[in-house]
Amino acid sequence: MSKDILVVAEHFNGKIADVTFEMVGKARELAAGLGGKVVALVIGAGVEANDLASDATLQVNEPALTEFNPEAYARIVEAVVQEQAPRLVMFGWTSMGMDLAAWLSGRTGAPCAAYVRDLRLENGGLVISCQAYNGKLIAEVEPQGEMTIAACLAGSFPTEAGRGATAATSIPSPIALDSLRVRFVEAIQPPPGDVDITTQAKLVAVGRGIGGKENIELAEELAEKLGAVVAASRPVVDAGWLPRTRQVGKSGLKVKPKLYLMLGISGAPEHLEGMKDAELIIAINTDKKAPIFNVAHYGATADLFEVAEAMLELL
Amino acid sequence: MNIVVVLKHIPSVADELPVRGNQVDFDSVDFVLNEWDEQSLEQAALIKEALGGTVTAIGVDVIGELDNLLHLALAKGADRAVKIAADDAGADSHRQAKWLSEAIRPMAPDLVLVGVQASNDIDGQLGPLLAAYLDLPYIGVVSSIEVQDGTALMNKEFAGGFGARYSVRLPFVAGVQVAPKPPRYAPVSKIRQIAQTAKIEVLEPSGEADSGLVFRKVAPPVVSGHAEMIEGSPKEIAARLVALLKERGLA
Amino acid sequence: MTIQEQKAVVVEKQRVVVDGVDISGHWNRMFEQRTIFEYTPEQIEAIASIAGAESFAYCYQCAKCVPVCPVDVVGNYGPRKLYRYAQTGVNLMESPELWLCTTCANCLRVCPKEVNMVEIMPAVREQAILQGKFVPPELQQAFENTAKTGNPLGQPQRKRDAWIAKADVPVPIIKDLGRPVEVLWYVGSYPSYHPRGVDAACAAARIFTALGIDFAILGKEEKDDADSQRLAGEKGLFEMLAEYNIATFNKYEWKEMVVTGPHELNAFKNIYPRYGFNRPVVHYTTFLVRYLDQLKPLLKHPVRKRVTYHDPCYLGRHNGEYEAPRLLLQAIPGLELVEMGRNRQNGYCCGGGGGGMWMDSFTAKHTRMRLSEKRAMEAASTGAEVLAVACPFEVSRFEDAMKSTGNEHVGVLDILELLDRSMRGEEAAEHPQPS
Repeated sequence: MSKDILVVAEHFNGKIADVTFEMVGKARELAAGLGGKVVALVIGAGVEANDLASDATLQVNEPALTEFNPEAYARIVEAVVQEQAPRLVMFGWTSMGMDLAAWLSGRTGAPCAAYVRDLRLENGGLVISCQAYNGKLIAEVEPQGEMTIAACLAGSFPTEAGRGATAATSIPSPIALDSLRVRFVEAIQPPPGDVDITTQAKLVAVGRGIGGKENIELAEELAEKLGAVVAASRPVVDAGWLPRTRQVGKSGLKVKPKLYLMLGISGAPEHLEGMKDAELIIAINTDKKAPIFNVAHYGATADLFEVAEAMLELL
Repeated sequence: MNIVVVLKHIPSVADELPVRGNQVDFDSVDFVLNEWDEQSLEQAALIKEALGGTVTAIGVDVIGELDNLLHLALAKGADRAVKIAADDAGADSHRQAKWLSEAIRPMAPDLVLVGVQASNDIDGQLGPLLAAYLDLPYIGVVSSIEVQDGTALMNKEFAGGFGARYSVRLPFVAGVQVAPKPPRYAPVSKIRQIAQTAKIEVLEPSGEADSGLVFRKVAPPVVSGHAEMIEGSPKEIAARLVALLKERGLA
Repeated sequence: MTIQEQKAVVVEKQRVVVDGVDISGHWNRMFEQRTIFEYTPEQIEAIASIAGAESFAYCYQCAKCVPVCPVDVVGNYGPRKLYRYAQTGVNLMESPELWLCTTCANCLRVCPKEVNMVEIMPAVREQAILQGKFVPPELQQAFENTAKTGNPLGQPQRKRDAWIAKADVPVPIIKDLGRPVEVLWYVGSYPSYHPRGVDAACAAARIFTALGIDFAILGKEEKDDADSQRLAGEKGLFEMLAEYNIATFNKYEWKEMVVTGPHELNAFKNIYPRYGFNRPVVHYTTFLVRYLDQLKPLLKHPVRKRVTYHDPCYLGRHNGEYEAPRLLLQAIPGLELVEMGRNRQNGYCCGGGGGGMWMDSFTAKHTRMRLSEKRAMEAASTGAEVLAVACPFEVSRFEDAMKSTGNEHVGVLDILELLDRSMRGEEAAEHPQPS
């Protein structure tokens, strides 16, 4: 078993995604402590992969894998891991990483930590902080065994330390690609038509606390008075109360408005990923311990309906 | 189509989560159905409606109250309900996935649907673990599945409204993010009737797996920054907020 | 899922021998050879085997029910016909007819065999729901709304008592009052949320206050009685809400409950006792008529209108209250009460009962006109200027019906609103102002 760290890179439209730079930066810090190297694994051809601060970047130069294929990527990572026997394998806790990390754990028997917000070394051992239970609790875990898998929340580490100029080394696919059961068909573009919440200066965002579709109207009224547009957290969209185009967060859109007024959003890490850079964040939530209050600039522990209705009268 | 839907009974995050020792105090929290499992149930029901077949709902009974969830699943179109009687409130995803894989393998499913994630998936989600144990492909963050001639055409979501369409040869495991339609209404009459008549198959946990994670500590996040809290009645809060917004030219 | 008319299957036989006797004709009192029809009893047996629907099989086709059936008046229905359809192989469970009955109980009133549609329909509908048969989508929506928001309109629970801001008098909430009251007023979903229902609720609050009645409401704790959902087949939903409501009612000390709506009266007085609730409940008309002597001096302003009164099925036929509403109307100075041809025991249904309130589009597809339209035309033909009602379902139903039948000149007012007008002298409104 080596002391190296394998970072499984994520890319989109031919560019390495931010979460990868974040992980490489963190990996460098950990590798220094472990006395190992940072190896980045980029799967897919046509990806600009020469700007990482890794010690080595391996690129599987397969045109067929330029687009994410969960089965192929999983098998390739498994093969590379078997060959390199790293101390730590890092994924993003993203749509891609969520397909790969726990699967690799099941295959290899190596422990997996998800919702990872931080990793550090203590006496040569890893201590990982996981932001579980919708961000309400942080679990500090010590993975046992020689290899650990970590799926890291985007935005947990700065990207700068991960930027560099390591030239990628092309490697052939370690697995045969002709017997895959999963086939990429086509890319899906965001649906057009609805308002683009990413270009709005003001957003009134509603979460599960809004209770039901019948209450969306209240948020719409408040938004109208403020010259804002209504956005939502994932549960609201999944319940069908608002269209998907309004969703902020990891599986939705990243927004950076001047005002982000949050009604009944507790602040799950997936949501924070999409809005934490807003200029003014105001959160109203009945739960005084809601994690959102650690991120918001102003907060109030109150019934969102009563506050919103009172605001409507004043606006 | 032989569809298996996996239900995960998890601590509710609606209220405060008390901690005892280095874990959640499972005895003093409510357990609820993982919200994504409602989506996978709906997706299963939609496929069954389109193609026929059977839906088997299965879950690990971690606190002895899984029956309620299985009744709901039956009311929403599941044909068969199976619980793995574990009585282990802290059973992690690895352990549950191993038990589930042992129970599901003999069912020879065409499709296994799992909620894409759960808020207590500290050691990873059930779906990909299950797929690894069953030696099946896994594809998660799925927003629609259509099956035709032994192949599923499905949409997977990435961030920002982008996604991709995949075709997958059956069988496989899918992690459902959202069903094409909002979860259906289950008539209360039906749930109550099922509660009285349904036969739930009970299996003993079989197989062993371990997350390999030793919990050192579980605690609310250490607050680095905190919002400036506005106190007072809702009216006072509203007045303060409106003043604040006007001050900054935002209202 | 869709639902279609089913084809009748009739088997004609030229010659039939029963117990060795040829009954085909010639030898007996029939003068010529006749065709004998043979039917299969399967569909009838299938319905009658459902608990609660046994009396379906009692029918002997006398047809007394047909002319009094409000649905038959505007369509081709009537309980006798349902039996006949079943004889010819129609499966009621999969037929549109299952959803047309309003459980108005007029057929039961005349039926010599006591075929009880009020029990048959909920039982068979429940089976249809349980077996995943077609259920009108708009009805499903009302079920879902009730389950999720506590009212069939899908309005937020937190706004249940928002109407009190419009009442002009204080409306105490029992929880805030913190003491026993004489009267717990169960407002009901439509009076709480529907704009025209709110008008009646506000009127009631003013009348109770003027009479000095010690009353309170449940406010945000109040949820739908769910009786019409039960009659539409969602018994489980009804039971779930009954359990909640009974627990809520029993949290507080009060002597008598007054309800705005006849459906709530039916629920709390006749059905909730099966679930252990046995406290006194009265409809507001029954309650107010006790105060007639105190009320009369308050009715200072004449309401010079020709008024006809529509008997709500669940106040009249189901609960026997015909006179209190009339006494209240007659107490209003200047008001002239005229009767429609169908009144009291033979009152014509508005179409809103038994879940009909939430199946208007579906019913419209299977009838020539809405029941409410038929009734609106009857009311107009009396020359009345106002149709007075005593059920919160009815105001909006009849207002729509007056418009769609070209009778906008006939206003629709709850008795509460008429009393309130007489009390406060707001004569100006020829027609009710939409809130």
